[in-house]
Amino acid sequence: MKKYLALFLALVMTLALVACGGGSSTPSGGEAAAPAETSTGGGESAAPAETSGGKLKVGVVLVGDENEGYTFAHIDGIRKAAAAVGLSDADLVWFYNIPESEECYDKCIECVEQGCNLVITNSYGHQTYCQQAAEETPDVEFVAMTGDTALKSGLPNFHNAFNMTFESRYVSGLVAGLKLKEMMDQGLVTDPYIGYVGAYPYAEVVSGYTGFFLGIKSIVPEAHMDVQYTNSWFNIQDEGKAAEALMARGCCIIGQHADSTGAPKAIQTAKDNGKAVYSVGYNIDMLAAAPTAALTSSTNDWSVFYTEAFQTMLDGGKIPTDWSKGYEAGAVAITPLGPEVAPGTKEAVDAAEAAIKAGTLHVFDTSTFTVGGAPVTSAFTFDSDGDWNNDTNEGIVDGYYHESEYISAPSFALRIDGITELN
Amino acid sequence: MSTPERSGHEPLLRMAKRGELLPAWKSWGIRVIALLLSLIVSGIVIVMVSGLNPAAVFATMFDGALGTSKRAWVTVRDAMTLLCIAVGLAPAFKMRFWNIGAEGQILVGAIASAACMIYLKALPTPVLLLVMICASLVAGGIWGFFPGVFKARWNTNETLFTLMMNYIAIQLTSYFVALWENPFGSNSVGVINSQHKQGWLPNLLSEGYNKDFGWNVIIVLTVTVIMYLYMNKSKHGYEIAVIGDSENTARYAGIRVNRAYVRTIILSGAICGLAGFVAVSGASHTISTSTAGGRGFTAIIVAWLAQFNSVVMVIFSFLLVFLQKGAQAIASSYNLSQEVSEMITGIILFFLLGSEFFVNYTVHFNSGRRGK
Repeated sequence: MKKYLALFLALVMTLALVACGGGSSTPSGGEAAAPAETSTGGGESAAPAETSGGKLKVGVVLVGDENEGYTFAHIDGIRKAAAAVGLSDADLVWFYNIPESEECYDKCIECVEQGCNLVITNSYGHQTYCQQAAEETPDVEFVAMTGDTALKSGLPNFHNAFNMTFESRYVSGLVAGLKLKEMMDQGLVTDPYIGYVGAYPYAEVVSGYTGFFLGIKSIVPEAHMDVQYTNSWFNIQDEGKAAEALMARGCCIIGQHADSTGAPKAIQTAKDNGKAVYSVGYNIDMLAAAPTAALTSSTNDWSVFYTEAFQTMLDGGKIPTDWSKGYEAGAVAITPLGPEVAPGTKEAVDAAEAAIKAGTLHVFDTSTFTVGGAPVTSAFTFDSDGDWNNDTNEGIVDGYYHESEYISAPSFALRIDGITELN
Repeated sequence: MSTPERSGHEPLLRMAKRGELLPAWKSWGIRVIALLLSLIVSGIVIVMVSGLNPAAVFATMFDGALGTSKRAWVTVRDAMTLLCIAVGLAPAFKMRFWNIGAEGQILVGAIASAACMIYLKALPTPVLLLVMICASLVAGGIWGFFPGVFKARWNTNETLFTLMMNYIAIQLTSYFVALWENPFGSNSVGVINSQHKQGWLPNLLSEGYNKDFGWNVIIVLTVTVIMYLYMNKSKHGYEIAVIGDSENTARYAGIRVNRAYVRTIILSGAICGLAGFVAVSGASHTISTSTAGGRGFTAIIVAWLAQFNSVVMVIFSFLLVFLQKGAQAIASSYNLSQEVSEMITGIILFFLLGSEFFVNYTVHFNSGRRGK
């Protein structure tokens, strides 16, 4: 009998404990009518329903979380922008690790349910679900970052935005080119062979690696490059393997458009084993992953767009359908140069950045590349439905391709001479 | 020495299978107590992990799952899809045919529906929807037919067979995703027919789409009721019950067991295929390898908890979806990571599944009296 009593007492004690903990607030009956009027004494971990200004509440639907470079850059940009325009934590609703599926639509709608009047998704694959949510809730503004269908959709509350990343890719290519030239002059390398770890064969990636390659070519005109796709934005192992395969083929500098540190790590390992190889990263400074092999990374400062968008909303204005800015607004940059860059790199970078800002240097200058052995005089800016008809304006005007000017998403998809896609 | 000395180290607890079934009020009482205990334990865990007020957290959970009409409809929508799968699984499991292949059956049903949406969008909506329903039933049925026939003919292991059929279905889905990708190069199908909504289940209570999911409810509840009648009032249902209890008894009674196997697994697969239709046409309007999203496995829990009673499954599918939505709301409102909410769901499931032990077994406490 005593044992029963002991069990019973233990049960009563747990009940009492919880009852005390839960006694202070919230009727458990009528939440549906009065959503979450929780008088949380919990301090910083925020009560859900109270916003500070009330003019702007932003919902953020992210493909990854802080652990993934691309998404981290967005989180960082949004936090900076929120601080700049005076939004509090309660004005931001976050959803992390949302796949590119109908879950994205559900989360966009959930943001609306939580009272957001601006919803942002950060991955290309989110776009179609973001657009569906925009269509159904016309009084809420939606931005599909990196997307490309806003212009064509004709929805006034649906927007796309992307930085002119190809500019910083060009400058990172310049850094790589100078290193390549130095290695050739020292006799370490005879074949100017570059590798590139790309995610998907999208225009975004094509535009990026072409910019990078043209940067290299501006220093070493005879350089050639192979691109290995991983078919994933973030896969440490596959990116490492792709880098190893490229090094085995004889590449001495490897750029990347994928989000992990897989490639720089593999390159650092090879370099530690005596190979003359270097890495150019993306998004984040790779010096932690590859202390001597990393030359630099091209990166984005998303806070430029987010600050502009938040401020526009607060001022009662309209976010542009397509937003794209680069060096002139400080939206793109390269990370600090690694310890083994060629002498004179800093000066060359400064000069190129100044020329891009001044509009005298155009990355996709048609005099610097050929397609099928001939110079290019005409190119699509955008073909969304794959019918081989240009949806917007002619891309090549005044001797260069007007990347990201008509629609924000990168659209340069020509495969230029000197670059080979391996898969 | 010849008789073992028992009284000295008799364990505190001794369990034995119950001789007879508990009366309904008792077994449900046990389950309700388990649910309450699970809430208490997860409350304690919440306090320990986050220092938040557990009552507020549970209120958030409620709000996240049912707080607005949109949220409530989404909860209903997902519960209906889960219910449909569980209803499909029940007959197979009841006759001890371990259909682990619901994921695959859902996916092929979903592929069939999506294919109709893409290629037959010229048809008028009601016709198109009927064609989609038929196509998904057939596709799911075919996916059940193979393991059924192999089991009946060659006595292959249906657990492995249905499981492997899942992988084939996933690969098939990847193939069709690549075939139908839109925009080109995006590696995803995107929202199908987003402009004119051909093949979308419309709203029941109002104009338009995605506001209520009344048709999902009607379709799935109809299937549920029919299945209840089939299992409890029809000869086939009786055969299933007998085979589930003992295959040899069934044979002795003259039931054609092999035929029943094939018939039942086709039925099971077809209804799971229908769940694929509900998921594509009634909810996601797209297809990807995550269309089934593990629900083919979650539904097994629903079916077992409900003891294969289709009507009781309604309660459990709602409970599971409620927990899932509520847990997500907790994670996002309090900036906790998704794992904390999964812990809570895990605790509650642990208790619910654990309660089945107490329903089926008795526990004797040794109070020492017997030794005297």
